[in-house]
Parts: sequence; C-alpha cells; structure tokens
Amino acid sequence: MAQPKNFGYDDDAAALKSQAEKFFNDRLPVDQLHALVAHDSTPDRAPVVDWKPEIWAEMVELGWSILTVPEDKGGLGLPLVAVAGLIEAQGKSACPSPLLETLNVGLVLSHCDQADAGFEAILEGKSAALAFADQDGSYEPSSTQVAEMGGKLNGTAYFVQEAGKVDALLVAAKSAEGIAWYWVDKVGAGVGIKQDAIIDLTRDQATVTFTDAEAVCLGSDACKAFNAAQPAILALLAADVVGSGEWLLHTTVEYVSVRKQFDRPLGFFQGVKHPLVNVMLAIDETKSLAYNAACAYDCGEPNTQKAGHVAKASAAETADFSASRAVQMHGGIGFTWECYVHLYFKRQMHSKALYGDAVWHRAKLADIVFGPVAA
Amino acid sequence: MSDAARVDTPEQAAFREHCRSWLAANHPGEPPVRLPQSAIEIMNSDQMDFLQAWQKSAYDAGLVGCDYPKFCGGGGHTDFQRIANEEMIRAKTPILPNVIGLGMAAPTILNHASDELKAELLPRLLSGEDIWCQGFSEPGAGSDLASVQTFAEPTEDGKWVINGHKVWTSLAHFASWMIILVRTDKSHKYDGLSYFVVPIKSALGKGVTVRPLIKMTGELGFNEVLFDNLVIDDRMRLDELGKGWQVAMTTLLFERGAGNLDTPRAGGMTSKASFTTSVGAVVKLAKETMRGGKPVSDDPVMRDKIMQELVKEEGFIHTSRRARVPALTDHPMRIPLQGKLQVSEMHQRTANLAMEVGGAKGSLYLGDEAALEGGQWTLGYMNSFGFTIAAGTSEVQRNILGERVLGLPKSK
Repeated sequence: MAQPKNFGYDDDAAALKSQAEKFFNDRLPVDQLHALVAHDSTPDRAPVVDWKPEIWAEMVELGWSILTVPEDKGGLGLPLVAVAGLIEAQGKSACPSPLLETLNVGLVLSHCDQADAGFEAILEGKSAALAFADQDGSYEPSSTQVAEMGGKLNGTAYFVQEAGKVDALLVAAKSAEGIAWYWVDKVGAGVGIKQDAIIDLTRDQATVTFTDAEAVCLGSDACKAFNAAQPAILALLAADVVGSGEWLLHTTVEYVSVRKQFDRPLGFFQGVKHPLVNVMLAIDETKSLAYNAACAYDCGEPNTQKAGHVAKASAAETADFSASRAVQMHGGIGFTWECYVHLYFKRQMHSKALYGDAVWHRAKLADIVFGPVAA
Repeated sequence: MSDAARVDTPEQAAFREHCRSWLAANHPGEPPVRLPQSAIEIMNSDQMDFLQAWQKSAYDAGLVGCDYPKFCGGGGHTDFQRIANEEMIRAKTPILPNVIGLGMAAPTILNHASDELKAELLPRLLSGEDIWCQGFSEPGAGSDLASVQTFAEPTEDGKWVINGHKVWTSLAHFASWMIILVRTDKSHKYDGLSYFVVPIKSALGKGVTVRPLIKMTGELGFNEVLFDNLVIDDRMRLDELGKGWQVAMTTLLFERGAGNLDTPRAGGMTSKASFTTSVGAVVKLAKETMRGGKPVSDDPVMRDKIMQELVKEEGFIHTSRRARVPALTDHPMRIPLQGKLQVSEMHQRTANLAMEVGGAKGSLYLGDEAALEGGQWTLGYMNSFGFTIAAGTSEVQRNILGERVLGLPKSK
C-alpha cells in the first residue's frame, strides 16, 4: 500500500496528541516531576522506582495502553502514526510510566501466533515489558539467556525496561522447539527483580532472574515476531526522543533569550544561536523519520525494516546532541542538580543506547544497502 | 517520494500523461557539448543555445510556467508545475537554463509588478527567450545585503539614473534582463532601497558593462556588472518607493525554496547521463571502487560514514514531505526556511564523501580519463560552495532560522 501524503496523521491523531499534551502538563508539570524523581541526589544511592501509579491508572482508563492491540483482538485499531504522537507527548513530559513498554509488548504480540492471553491481560489494564536482552545488552531474542523446559523458565534477562512498574513480562526463552515468547506474571513465584542503577531518573530498568517461573507460550517464533515489530518499536522510541528533544530545545531557547552577558541576551551570539538551530534541524530529521517509519509500518511497506533502522540511527544522534547542547548553553546553572535540564539529558542518554545505538543501526542499514561483508 | 504516494486529481493525471507522452517523443537526446552541472555554470553559447532551445520547446508544450496566469504567458493551472517537474526529472531531461528568471525574477514580478509589466516580461522569461540575472550582491554588500550602495537618482523628467557595481552575478553574460536592488536614499539603510527590472543586454556599452569572473573550478558563469549612468523608466520600479527591501525579501524567499509556488525545474541529464549527487550514487561508487583488493563497501568505517549520510538524505526527503502536513509542524516556516541550507550542505557532504570513497582517484579532475565519473564529483564538491555561499550563506540561513523560527534575538 502506498504511503499517504500526510503520513496517515489525521485529525484523530492530532486530537490524541493534543489531549496527551494537556494531560501530562496537568498531571505532572516539570517542577512536580523534579520533586518526584530527583528527591535524592546521592550518586551511589540504591535504585528506586519513582512514579505515580495513579497517573498510569488514568492513562489506562483513557485507553492508551491498548493502542497497539489489534482491532480484531479488542483493541482500538489506531494507526501507529497516531500512537507516535502520543509517545512524542509523553517524551516531552518525561512522565514515568510503563506506557511505551506495554505498547511494545502489544506490537510484538501482534506478530505472535498464540497471543490471545497476552492481549486479554493488556485489555484488562495490565502493563507489561519485553525481557530478552543478554548481559552484553544485545537487544535480539536470539541471544536470550533464558531457557524454557516443561512450562518453566530459568535464566536471566538483562536491561528490562520499566520492570519495576509493570505487572507482567514477555520473555524470550530458548526451548526444545526454538526461541519463543512467554508470558510471565511478575509477582509470581520464581521471578527475582534487581533494579539497575541507571542515570535516567524518569525510567526504571532491572535485571530479572527466573527460577522455575511459570510461563505460558504466546509466540512460537520469537525472532520472527520481534523482527516484524522492531520497526514500530524503533519508531515509537524515536518519537519519544523527539518529544524530549523539543523540551530541551525550547527550554534552552527561553533561557538564552533571558540570560544576559556582555549586555546582550546569550541568544544574540551566533556561537549560541547556530548550535541551537542545528539542534532544531536534528530534531526535525528524527521527527520526519519517526513518522515515516510509523507510516511505513502502518502501510506494510517492503522497506519498513530499513525505515526503522534509519529512524533510530537518527534518534540516537539527536538524543545525544539535543542533550549536550542544552546543558552547555545553560552554562553553570545547566550543570546543577536543581536545574530541570538534567532530567531530560539523562532520559536522552538512556534512549540513545536503548534498543540499539546509532552505530549498530547503521551497521544493520549497511547490510541492507550493501549486503553483508563477505567473510 | 514516489508518484504513487501522491494522489493526482483527474486533471492532474491527464496532465501527467501529457507530460510523459510529450517527453517520450521530444526528449532532446544526447547534447552536442559537455553540459554544466547547473545553469549558473553555463560557460559558452553552444551550451546556452542547446539549453535555451530545450526550455523553449518544453514551454511551448506547456511544461514550463503551468501555474502562471494565462495573460502572463502561463498555463493558468494550479499545482501542475510540480507534476511537470517530476516528469521532466524522471525523464532525465537537460536542465532549464533560465534559473534566475524562473526561480526568482518571475515570482517577484508576479507578486509586485503591474499587470502591464507582467504581460510584457513574463512570456519571454518563461520560454527562456529572455535570460535573467540578479543584481543584489556588491563588493561591500554580501551577507549584509541591505548595505548596497548602487544608487538610483531621480531625473527631472521622472526617470532614474543608475550608477554602481554589482558582483557574483550569475548568467549576466547571457542575460537580457536583471532584477536589481538599489539605494534611493542614503539616510535610511533598510527603508532607502528600491527594486527595478532593468534591460542590460540592450544597454551593453551604453551604461552597462559585464565582466566575467573565473570560478575556483576554472569555469565561467558569474560576472561583475558595472552601471555608468544607465537611464531607466520609472515604470520598471517594482516597489512603493523606499520599500525595495520588502520586494527583495520575496525574491529571497523563492530563491531559498520557501515560496508558495513551485519553480519550474528539470534535469537529471548531464554530459554523463548516470550522474546525480545522491547517496545512492556514492553507494554504487563504493561497490565499484577497490582498495587493497576489496571493494570500499566492505570497509566497516566507510560503510558507517556512507550510512550516516544516507540517514541525513532520508531525513531531508521525509522532512520535505512533512512540510505539507501542518499538523506535524509547530511553525509554518520551520521546514520551508531549512530547505536551501539543508540541500546545499547535503550536496557538499555527499560530493566530499564520494571523493573520499574514490581515494587517490578522488582528486583527479575533468582532464583525466581515470577521474571519478569523469571528474564530476570533484567538480561538484567545488561547485557546492557556490550554493552554501550564494543566496544567503549557511551562516545567514542559521541566523534566519534562529531568529524567525526559534525567536532568538536578532544578530544585527
């Protein structure tokens, strides 16, 4: 199906984004976010999960957690470009929630062959996260360090996003028949959660150990399902980076328009102005590529894989660049704990590596464009 | 974006079909001379004659000026030029030589001139019979354009006498007409400017002197133009007296690709028919170029560098597409004002990357048989600086974006 001119971003999509922006502004403005997640500046403090479950309950009530559940499974059947708008708004607010992960789980389940139990849980309001990375941070189900035998899981999944918030995990595990996706109740017996001490205060991450944990198989070919969902997962993460990037850009523009040195606002000087324009150009590149990847996924375009890698390759660079320029242009105050900029700086640095950094995605792209390097 | 991605109206679909069949039957074929990469590098009359004949035939077939009113010599349609452009580029035609006329003079005349002047000037502009040039920059007025000193003094019988020195004037050696920004009041910088259309070919030796400048590439194409008591009628003035800067802003808006009218555009064919400045062409070059017994495309560092540029090119393509979706932008000029900056810098990086892929061959030039694509990449890299400097340097573009879109304090 050919891509529509407007990326398929219709009035409903715009309305959802605008509703989400209002919601996040109202429920968790940045000063309250700072109070919520930055109450303890001790560098080597034990990791905690700071979030407001009551905000998440409202998000579930609004139907946001079921947006990637297919319509014929009881979901809303909204195109991914509309979901990208919602995630862009969440990225702008940096509101801690298991929304992105739950949507990712919905996307992977959409490509699984026996996923109904997972969809039912999400439709009941349960949140979930993907558990599949290995100890080196390879975000590919094929390298999972979890194994299944007789309906029980053993092993460890690393770098599990929002593990401290979610109700369930979708775990990639090796079984006698191959690598499959398994649904595991997080509070069930044999599931051990060790929170990672990540810099991002607006997310949580954990190392999850399974010891004879009860599991239900939802997808018999984990790699195939993940590959099909991956461009969508990357498009949504890129949209999050765009939202956070816009916050960093506009906050910095406001600051350099007010702060004076040499009797001029800082933004008068081209050494400040031009890098901020470059940040804007980087955000625009990533935004266009995020919505293009989402649109390609919606349309089932043959180049969807490529579009996903392009989007995250761009997003990883934009995350880094928007974060570093915001701190630098804020000068001394930007380097302090009390300034809100570090919340978004850290969120962007986490997003940069999440689900593959720029170099990894460019290597994947090169394999598509040039073919793999001959051995 | 592919054509399939757009939905033509029935009228547009019929017009697209007309373009295709006309181009299939009337493509001018292989040129008799080496063609330049863009119109502002046209060096001699053999090149110009060939390209002017092509523009005239495309105009006569209704492929140039489609969106201009009929009384101006146009087709009187809406949103047809984009289709003609797509089809001409798909058919790999020669470029249209009258670029300054089509891209800058015509939209300015359409927006600011009297109907009488429009009817008089635009038909021969659109057909390419009259080549146009732009008299903005001066030795002392580059990025700070409003400091132009070329002066127009009123005469007692209601005419104007122009004296001054314009420079970097592309196509002046072929041009019949010039759009010119002059000073009419020395006491006000921005409010002391006026904007005229002036005949220059007919005044050569009678108040106008055109001297060619040689570019760093060795090519000709731009000039200095000297005015010595050139007398011109007041009806050739496009501004309300002293409001020339506002008219110049219209020209610059279109020059930077941010105007509301599609500029007639063709191309794809040069003397080397396969050559385009694109990442796809660099990918091809990397597969074909050997280093240490292996193709460059097997080198992981070069693969990464080329993919970096691919991401930028894809980003540009889809940002241009997003420019037409208001719900996905927060400021109407945010994307249009990026166009000139992004295209010029992208072409510069891409050509430089191709030279790097070429390794030792990267610095061979037009006169060497072993040069990459006959030396076109090397020529293209050098020529790319014309585009990052002309029409407001990249630095000026960043000022404009910072000030008009982000709302940062003005640097002037």
